Amino acid sequence: MSLIARGPQRRDHRGIEEAPEPGTRPLTDGGRLTGPSLPAPPPAPAPAPGVEINGNGAANVTRPEGPAPPPWDPPGAVFGRRTANRGQGHWSHSHGQGPRRRGPWSEGDDGHHHHVGRKLRALRRSPDNRVLGGVCGGISRTTGIDAMWVRIGFVLVAVASGVMVLAYPLAWLLIPMEGQTDNIYSRAVGDRRGMRTIAAILVPLLIATQFITSSLHVSFVGFLGWPAFLAVGVVILIWRNADQSEKAFIDNDVMPLLGADTHDGKGRRWLVARIVAGLLIGAGGIALLVEGHTTVAALRPVGGAALVIAASVVIFGPWWLSLLRDLIAERQARALAEERAQMAAHVHDSVLQTLALIQRASDDPQQVVRLARSQERELRAWLFEGRHPGAIGEDASMLAEGIGLLQRQVEADHGIAVQVVMVGDCQLDEALRALLDAAREATVNAAKWSGEDQVSVYAEVEADTVMLYVRDRGHGFDPAAVPEDRRGISQSIRARVARFGGSAVVRSAPGEGAEVQLCMPRRERVK
Amino acid sequence: MTGTEPGGRPRIFLVEDHAVFRAGVRAELGDAVDVVGEADEAAAAVELINERLPDVVLLDVHLPGGGGHAVLGGVLPHHPEVQFLALSVSDAPEDVIDVIRAGARGYITKTISGPELLQAVYRVAAGDAVFSPRLAGFVLDAFAQIGAPAQGLDPELDQLSPREREVLRLIARGYTYKEVGRDLSISAKTVESHVSSVLRKLQLSTRHELTRWATDRRLV
Repeated sequence: MSLIARGPQRRDHRGIEEAPEPGTRPLTDGGRLTGPSLPAPPPAPAPAPGVEINGNGAANVTRPEGPAPPPWDPPGAVFGRRTANRGQGHWSHSHGQGPRRRGPWSEGDDGHHHHVGRKLRALRRSPDNRVLGGVCGGISRTTGIDAMWVRIGFVLVAVASGVMVLAYPLAWLLIPMEGQTDNIYSRAVGDRRGMRTIAAILVPLLIATQFITSSLHVSFVGFLGWPAFLAVGVVILIWRNADQSEKAFIDNDVMPLLGADTHDGKGRRWLVARIVAGLLIGAGGIALLVEGHTTVAALRPVGGAALVIAASVVIFGPWWLSLLRDLIAERQARALAEERAQMAAHVHDSVLQTLALIQRASDDPQQVVRLARSQERELRAWLFEGRHPGAIGEDASMLAEGIGLLQRQVEADHGIAVQVVMVGDCQLDEALRALLDAAREATVNAAKWSGEDQVSVYAEVEADTVMLYVRDRGHGFDPAAVPEDRRGISQSIRARVARFGGSAVVRSAPGEGAEVQLCMPRRERVK
Repeated sequence: MTGTEPGGRPRIFLVEDHAVFRAGVRAELGDAVDVVGEADEAAAAVELINERLPDVVLLDVHLPGGGGHAVLGGVLPHHPEVQFLALSVSDAPEDVIDVIRAGARGYITKTISGPELLQAVYRVAAGDAVFSPRLAGFVLDAFAQIGAPAQGLDPELDQLSPREREVLRLIARGYTYKEVGRDLSISAKTVESHVSSVLRKLQLSTRHELTRWATDRRLV
């Protein structure tokens, strides 16, 4: 690998950690530093030299190479010369930050300095190698022990003594994230404004609770109130001061596991309700267990059962977690694909249709302007107000109303008479809006290709389905001759209704007109 | 029906308050029919029809002086052989069902094309029923609302047979009688008999739900 190719990587302040990877070995040519002598996770002397030097003097002391640049200058210069020989551009780039820090391990007498760097390296939580807070990942990186073993150790100790259950959050609070100098704890302690705000809200609440519970003579609730409120305040304070990435991690990876992956308030409220209910049930269970057993000996079988459960969690936990993660990833991927398909359908219905209309009306400037203007309005509404272009069902709440809108819209835009016949009516839901969109597309299709000036729409609401027919008496075509991937029919019509479990059939023959038969099962059935 | 001229040209009477539209219909029908008269309001129409006894009256549903209903009531008791074909832009279902129940043999909208209008006139002149897609939809809707037949009433009259429903559905979808027949593998004549039977049910059913449906409905 050429040095030039490596150049951009080293702009990163963690470039040093990346350097010992196989691709970078030509740097240390001469065979002094060979592959096996490098531990698998690079024992970088410092994760973030730039940050530490600038930000925190104390960190500097722990690093051997920081205050002692001169000894490594000569090798650095050699390195630099080589670089210059191979590519002029790289020299100036790497000069400022690279060679000096690179010295200890890339040119130095390997083993010793690795060791020192590894030992003295500040403990940092790992942002990438994480299951929860990245504590184990960070320990693994500092000690060189595989992260999996660190985690297993953590869990074992947690199960055995319970201390880890407390130790982990503490570590999370006290160990800064990699690339940062301050930890969440110090930030939270320093957050006077947040403290004041939380106190201003929680203290009156606490007083009110105490007042109410004492007047209701349930003083034990009041007794529990103090620690509960304190805990809530602390949690809020910590949350306030947690990093953006921390919050994002919890949002993206933890919330879905708890079943609160909807980012709206409803999912959150539901989650809170579930946690409260779970805690109450758990407390009730413990109370039941303790009550009636005067000796703690009775708790033994319970403890045993808990241990067995914990054991299965330890053994299968990672697998469950990965299973769940896969599931979530798959769901997200599917949602993304659906989103794309929907977007493609919308763009087809709006922008592409309008462009086609503009081409046809190219000799009528007024018409072109009108079309362009209305398309612009629609597109803006879609982009900035979230209203789907081409969607007709959004203003309507009933199917008949929606079909009326469809009729008016197509008649206005395409100069074709739409004859509507409806039997029955029902509330519009998402599926039926998709049906309407598909029907509109079919109608527009007929308007464009049939060569007729009239198209019939017939909708019938049955007990468990809604049938919709769009028929024209125009040229017709051979459905078998249309390629499967023709956007209009396949994407906008068929895929649209298929997404909600509906079906679309196109019936046509040359010279006999065409009919699109749409069928959508109803969610809300009639009694 | 007996009044058709030997040449097969049905005698037509136009009841329609818009002069422009009357002229349009005349032009579209052309020489294929014999237009024996015109009227632009109900009372005059009743008088003239009773006097000239045309084969088919093209009747606008909305007329000054009582509407199409009044014309039907003024002619049919005296001359049941006169056939009425309702023709309207008004699509208010209660009006449509009303004229059908009062005795019109069919209902078509004014958007109908010339040849189709002519065909409808011939068909009504021959004693058949003419259902536009819209009327078929209304009828399906009305009978769907009626539900199970009540006791003491003739269930035959309150229910559409599955076949009749199929026929009406296809008509509502915009199929011609011929296409309906081909789709269901029956002759056009059989289609006509199904439609006529539906019309009979519509006119003879004593279920007040039919009328109530029509008045309750505020659609289109």
